[in-house]
Amino acid sequence: MSNIFAFAETRGGELRRAALEAVTAARQTADQIGGEVRVLIAGAPGIAVHAAKLAAHGADIVLVVEHDAFTHYNPEALASTLAAGLANNYRAAFFSASAQGKDLAPRVAAKLKVGLASDVTEFAFSGDAVVAKHPGYTGKIVQTLTLKATPAIISLRPGAVLPKESPKAGTVQNIPSAGDPAASRVVVTDTVVGGGAKLDLGEAPVIISGGRGLKEAANFTLVEDLAAAFGNAAVGATRAVTDEGWRPHSDQIGQTGRLVSPDLYVACGISGAIQHLAGMRTSKTIVAINKDKEAPIFKIADYGIVGDVLEILPVLTEAVKAAKQGA
Amino acid sequence: MKIAVCIKRVPDMDVRFKIGANGTSVDEAGLKFDISDFDGYAVEAALQIKEKANAGEVVVISLGADNVQETLRKAMSMGADRAVQLKHDAPVFDSFAIATALAAELSTGGYDLVMFGRMSIDTANQATGTMVAELLGLPIITAISKLDFDGGTVKARRELEGSYELVECPLPAIVTIDEGIARPRYPSLKGIMAAKKKPLETKPAQVGEQRYTLDKMELPAERAAGRIVGEGKDAVPELVRLLKEEAKVL
Ligand SMILES: Cc1cc2nc3c(=O)[nH]c(=O)nc-3n(C[C@H](O)[C@H](O)[C@H](O)COP(=O)(O)OP(=O)(O)OC[C@H]3O[C@@H](n4cnc5c(N)ncnc54)[C@H](O)[C@@H]3O)c2cc1C
Repeated sequence: MSNIFAFAETRGGELRRAALEAVTAARQTADQIGGEVRVLIAGAPGIAVHAAKLAAHGADIVLVVEHDAFTHYNPEALASTLAAGLANNYRAAFFSASAQGKDLAPRVAAKLKVGLASDVTEFAFSGDAVVAKHPGYTGKIVQTLTLKATPAIISLRPGAVLPKESPKAGTVQNIPSAGDPAASRVVVTDTVVGGGAKLDLGEAPVIISGGRGLKEAANFTLVEDLAAAFGNAAVGATRAVTDEGWRPHSDQIGQTGRLVSPDLYVACGISGAIQHLAGMRTSKTIVAINKDKEAPIFKIADYGIVGDVLEILPVLTEAVKAAKQGA
Repeated sequence: MKIAVCIKRVPDMDVRFKIGANGTSVDEAGLKFDISDFDGYAVEAALQIKEKANAGEVVVISLGADNVQETLRKAMSMGADRAVQLKHDAPVFDSFAIATALAAELSTGGYDLVMFGRMSIDTANQATGTMVAELLGLPIITAISKLDFDGGTVKARRELEGSYELVECPLPAIVTIDEGIARPRYPSLKGIMAAKKKPLETKPAQVGEQRYTLDKMELPAERAAGRIVGEGKDAVPELVRLLKEEAKVL
């Protein structure tokens, strides 16, 4: 029986939500077609503490690679280690289509000379094939692909599979890195965490996004306040905003920024240009606040409020706080 | 520095697409085509490296049918020195098959730096550059938003969700370009005239075996029509009620 693999993404020694999404996808697959779920986590010594959480989400075995050279993301050593392991009897390997996963998954697929389905929103195993859906053309066309080679490498769009607990043994096995991880040519010298928000765009089930309608950088405190009121929200922005330097480029959502699909997306003072919609149209619920009732964002928003975002945001923040307290 | 930039011809995305009769293609009637967004950023970044050093060569490479010659000319009108078309008439979707052909061409070029856009805006796999690097055994830094050189070392910055990494590797290397380094320039009239005389070589592409098949293209399900809850701050209570009771996100 072939096994199912998931890569557990970490950053700064912390487990990412992306890891739990990949493990959940692997668990659901194994429950359907059989096999064990094996999860690999790599990091500086001590990273094994996350094994319990991986087990809780369905890992039968947690493969742990500990080495100081994995303190930062170490793509070459990771790809070699993964390719060596995956050559042995795996049906499929799940990664997140996060920034890290999009770097790592194609390295592994190329080393194994097998197919890669990138940024997948839906998948199904049938016989010896995996059928995957992958949005392209800035989200305007959905492509359906069939992968036949084994293991099928799949990177999942963040939010496409939600983390779900399904406790298993999660037996820890320490394994060495393939080759010397300190000898990688590509070296991450620093990982710089920006912004004050606790959750970032890759983690948060709620995204509060601001556009040029906020008028100036200082008004982003209104967006941050609403994010804080939700408690589980990250802050995003349009290119108009990152171009102005009001927010860092890493906050940009859209065709040339991040692709996100949170449970709730609140667009504040955003017109809804197609390049922006390309990054967030798969969000489950969309709210738009814009003073122009003809703004295109209202065409894809589930709920809209027409009005001045600077006036509405503080009121909404208080109402969300009250609702959270009542809940 | 001798730089190669791999570019792709893609349709302008600012349209309502129609699916072709075979169900696995885009109906190209009436579409406009251009260099894929990030590939354009890569061409610009390459030109700036050459201009800053006041030395070197920028070669643009594209795989596809003869219509990619127009795309290559556009890059040469921006300032690239010469172009190579890897001729292949049938569409190829699988990044690995494309990477095989590009790697075969790049392996003989003696390039110090190979650049790609971080992903093509149509198929959106973000894999080709990385697979070329694996095939050639070259170090690669993907999705970079800043690029510097320190002797023979590439120093780059890569955007992550809400943070970034500083990454280094030795030359020769491959980098794939995110937004942030440079927006592509518009070709000048002089550039357009000069591009007509620049060398464009056509060779057969050695496309590898495809690792997957594309079975279907379809338009995504339309979102159900939303509604305007109300105007101004008075609409907030109703919005919060809907988020709680209907959307269940609060
Ligand atoms: C190649 C390319 C790639 C691109 N990639 C991206 C991308 O990745 N992401 C992205 O976002 N954009 C991208 N863009 C830019 C995109 O086309 C738009 O220009 C951008 O999204 C607009 O941002 P905005 O909605 O903040 O600003 P605007 O379009 O200026 O809209 C501002 C909105 O705010 C409203 N407003 C103003 N004042 C108020 C107020 N007081 N209260 C309420 N509402 C108010 C206005 O009615 C308007 O609708 C790209 C463009 C190109 C050409």
